[in-house]
Amino acid sequence: MVDDNPLKHSKNRTLGDLSVSGRSGIQFPSLDVPEQEGLPKELLREEYVKLPELSELDVVRYFTNLSQKNFSVDTNFYPLGSCSMKYNPKINDAVASLPGFARLHPLQENAFIQGSLELMYELQSSLMELTGFSGSSLATLAGAHGELAGVLMIKAYHESNGDSQRNVILIPDSAHGTNPASAAMAGFSVATIPSDSNGNMDVDAVRSLAKDNLAGAMITLPSTLGLFDTSIVEICQIIHEAGGLIYCDGANMNAILGRVRLSDLGFDVVHLNLHKTLSTPHGGGGPGSGPVCVGEKLLTFLPSPVVTKSNGKEGTHFNLSDPVNSIGKVAAFHGNFGVLVRAYAFVRALGLTGLRHVSGDAVLNANYILSSLKDVYKVAFDRKCMHELVLSLSPQKSKGVKALDVSKRLIDYGIHPPTMYFPLVVEEALMIEPTESETKETLDSFIEIMRKIAIECEENPDVILSAPNFAPIGRLDEAMAARRPNLRQVY
Amino acid sequence: MTENFVHSYIPHTDSERREMLNSIGVNHLEDLFLEIPERYRDPDIKLAPSLTEMELLQELEFLSAKNVQVGKMPSFLGGGAYSHFIPSAVSALTSRGEFLTSYTPYQPEVSQGTLQATYEFQSMVCELTGMDVANAGMYDGATAFAEAALMACRLTKRYRVYVLESVNSNYLAVLKTYLVPQSVEIVIVPDNVNQVDEDVACLLVQYPDALGTIPNLSSLGKLIHAVGGLFVVSVYPVALGILKPPSEYEADIVTGECQSLGVPLSFGGPYVGMFACKSEHLRQIPGRIVGKTNESHGGKEGFVLTLQTREQHIRREKATSNICTSEALIATAVAIHLALLGPKGIKQVAQLCYNKAHYAAKCIGEIPGFFINPHAPDKYWFNEFVVTGPKSADHIQKNLYDQGIVGGIKISNLVKDGLLFCVTEVNSKQEIDSLVRALDSMKEL
Repeated sequence: MVDDNPLKHSKNRTLGDLSVSGRSGIQFPSLDVPEQEGLPKELLREEYVKLPELSELDVVRYFTNLSQKNFSVDTNFYPLGSCSMKYNPKINDAVASLPGFARLHPLQENAFIQGSLELMYELQSSLMELTGFSGSSLATLAGAHGELAGVLMIKAYHESNGDSQRNVILIPDSAHGTNPASAAMAGFSVATIPSDSNGNMDVDAVRSLAKDNLAGAMITLPSTLGLFDTSIVEICQIIHEAGGLIYCDGANMNAILGRVRLSDLGFDVVHLNLHKTLSTPHGGGGPGSGPVCVGEKLLTFLPSPVVTKSNGKEGTHFNLSDPVNSIGKVAAFHGNFGVLVRAYAFVRALGLTGLRHVSGDAVLNANYILSSLKDVYKVAFDRKCMHELVLSLSPQKSKGVKALDVSKRLIDYGIHPPTMYFPLVVEEALMIEPTESETKETLDSFIEIMRKIAIECEENPDVILSAPNFAPIGRLDEAMAARRPNLRQVY
Repeated sequence: MTENFVHSYIPHTDSERREMLNSIGVNHLEDLFLEIPERYRDPDIKLAPSLTEMELLQELEFLSAKNVQVGKMPSFLGGGAYSHFIPSAVSALTSRGEFLTSYTPYQPEVSQGTLQATYEFQSMVCELTGMDVANAGMYDGATAFAEAALMACRLTKRYRVYVLESVNSNYLAVLKTYLVPQSVEIVIVPDNVNQVDEDVACLLVQYPDALGTIPNLSSLGKLIHAVGGLFVVSVYPVALGILKPPSEYEADIVTGECQSLGVPLSFGGPYVGMFACKSEHLRQIPGRIVGKTNESHGGKEGFVLTLQTREQHIRREKATSNICTSEALIATAVAIHLALLGPKGIKQVAQLCYNKAHYAAKCIGEIPGFFINPHAPDKYWFNEFVVTGPKSADHIQKNLYDQGIVGGIKISNLVKDGLLFCVTEVNSKQEIDSLVRALDSMKEL
């Protein structure tokens, strides 16, 4: 990662800079049928598409060099809170690439897709077991997509009961920004639940917001503060008594895999992030997958399709089905199948015992870091955490060092920064999620580095303020990027 | 907990766990879960027993072998997902752990790889479509189309959209899911629509359309612009290797499914949607955008996520969309694929598709009782076409399967007893001729 070679050019060359007219990175066989009458000239483009012209090695070397400018789970400790940056097993990529999966067309005849449908059916069943729900659809393509499907189901449910005046969704102040954005896309207005002094939701506030116009709530459990909200059962009861339904943002499911079922606590619907909890690689911002699981009330509203199983004369058969009151299709096809294969492989590799060790060690690791740092950093809430912990750098800020600066200093030590400035309710927040994948040595080394940085904050703040000092590039001018947008090159 | 649990994904030994628990100051791991109400703790959950890597591979090889994929039989399926050749370099590069196992590039200093690759993707989408700006990608072509309709409503403050009836039925279904909850009315209009009401936010068309034909973008664009609405065009990007870009027809927003550019079929996903528009609409774009900038204190150029005040993590319920994690790795694959194709490569693929498909259609059209594009015999088309024959669509499709050929998507909702065929560069003359022979065996005598 260290890029201190003075002989290396400092100009950041893009494909346009490398392009040489006449080069090519691919050959096709020549036309093996008689040439046909072409389209009329007025329909045809007059010039070539201006793409760069490169040899195959040009392309391979360019993108390989680019990749080396990334931190990743495969190369670095990546304790990014709320993202579960765990190890992504290589077998999962291998099985997703099997020709029977990778080369299967989505509109293929039903008899030809039975293997894929069986896998999807089994994954739906596993997710239902883990959440305690009675139905599941794998159609949603990311976490926020699952959120949208979740709140659309809540809306459709109320409308089917003639309750279309229910147009308010309650969302805690600690929530991820996608929650209110998804509620708005479903046509709801949002009311905020404040956090109390222990980091739980304020029960009295929920009670006062639970009126006739209540559609439901979107709640993350464990919360984005890394806490198991001990009022959750009571809050679910209050919302149900007022006629609302409760959606769970399952982003933090890694803490509770195999340890509690969301349906038992009172939730009506959840989305799971397979690219977090079930180890599918995040790809620098997707592909993800955000399946939804629902209880009986929402079963018929699931997004289309769901995979069903029938036992006929000719044996077991799997089908793509449309639930009767479905909120409809959420994407062109059946879900991010390649991601589903990887998640299924992860569940099968671990089984229940393994998945309970996932949540066990994820929570153990976070608490180990918490107990090892709380004498030098301010902890947002002084109680046991779940799979992640939130520090507040407000004491350091008073000395001129912000959460941002500490994050950038971690880069110098080869560690990807934690999530910064989130949740919004904690001043100068750093949210640290170690996951179950890391060894004790890695955790100990992280703890030692964080303690060293705490001393640097006191004794040598300049080295923090100038960080990163050893990354491929220094801090970038984001204000200029927004003020004078340069969003493309011309090849 | 089982003692001495060992798994390759989970490194701790029991003695390390004990040491860590001591340091935390609790006796048992279970003590960390005491805030979960006791009556709900540790429920009965039934999952299949765990498998070793060796067993897992065997099981999934067995499962995948129950499918009949493209390549096992000649296949002529399109309909929004296309079989195109993908050079080996694409997956070799995207499977690099540094691209594969990184997060969304919130920390630009250690994410320049993803950011710069995305900048290339944006640039190439602009070149293909002729538009000014593009985002870092949407979930797929259908959701990109729906987000474009929502953006048009925000820009015009109108809440009715027109959709041509020739739009892919799956795309139309997604439009409904996205638009109806926001009280946007969807009006489906015939392809020869010649009047648009003044309260219409946009006209949504596909290019080529769901039946492969090339709509008259020139007159459609003028029609919607006459009432101050926006022109939204969803493209099959391979066709743009030869067809005029939508910018030349005054398109305001261009979306499309990029699967055909280096992405495996993978039973429908993961794919990536493109989203491009005129620069004056930049601040209403949904999703991530990467921009080029400089170091704050230094001379180097670099890349960052920019214009983030549009996005959910800042704007919350007032964001332009709820989209967060999208399809970055797939966008990277598309950028790599297009870099390999270059200007001549993409034209060549488009020409191969066009010529092979028209050759197939010509041969099929010569079979007594078979008709090509009976709904629109005079319209121009790219590489998908509708076939009707002397028998029902079901019968023809099944008969083809029996003869070892996969082909024809049933589109009876649009053309009675119609089957939609697609031919690309991967279909050899031999395959096409076998399709023609198979259909010939069903001819009218």
